[in-house]
Amino acid sequence: MIDLIVFLSLLALGYGAGTWAEKRHYRSIAEREGAMIDMPAVTLKSVDIPEHKIRSAQLVYGSAVISVDYFKRILASLRNIFGGNVKSYESLLDRARREALLRMKEMAGDATVIVNVRIETAAIGKQSRRKNIACLEAMAYGTALTVEK
Amino acid sequence: MIITNIESVPGKTVLEHFGLVSGSTIRAKHIGRDIMASLKNLVGGELKGYTQLLQESRQQAMERMIEEARLMGANAIVNVRFSTSSVAQGAAELYAYGTAVRVE
Repeated sequence: MIDLIVFLSLLALGYGAGTWAEKRHYRSIAEREGAMIDMPAVTLKSVDIPEHKIRSAQLVYGSAVISVDYFKRILASLRNIFGGNVKSYESLLDRARREALLRMKEMAGDATVIVNVRIETAAIGKQSRRKNIACLEAMAYGTALTVEK
Repeated sequence: MIITNIESVPGKTVLEHFGLVSGSTIRAKHIGRDIMASLKNLVGGELKGYTQLLQESRQQAMERMIEEARLMGANAIVNVRFSTSSVAQGAAELYAYGTAVRVE
């Protein structure tokens, strides 16, 4: 009985706090993405800028470790039974990647463009008997080019 | 030291290639952070402690790579890549590698 109460309250906590935090995070991502819209980040290796105009090239990177809440984890493990899209994890990956991209842009400062952007994901979760910390790291890196005005 | 992840340094010509340079670190999370993370894991969201830890380790891996390149007499590293792998329970390896070159 106690177990059930603990389980249900964790579920409620995960759902309530998780949804709230996710909404807040998405709002902040959208806001910062709007502010950074002048700095394009492309996966191309070179852009149409004359070579002699480029003042500096520098490696920039950003990363974020994001974990999923209790409610979504239960949802995903239920999904494991039937198979199909795990919707609850999609937002996790989306948030981690966008956050990593934003941090990379923040590191680039006043650069003109970021070329050859790569995004990498690594699961760094700890696997143990009792608990499984499901979290993953998204990392974005690229070369920031600064063009002289 | 100029570091890029494209094949050249834009605006500069490559004079000499020195070959592969790399650096790695293996880091374990300490227990305090683990406890905090498992609490944070209930509500989800960013695990700032882990982000910081991985960022520091990656910085260290890059510094080792730069040191190796400097010993060869290079002044730039091009085509840098990163990779991460978990080698043991709770430990991760951060690896950075690239090609050391000399530019004018």
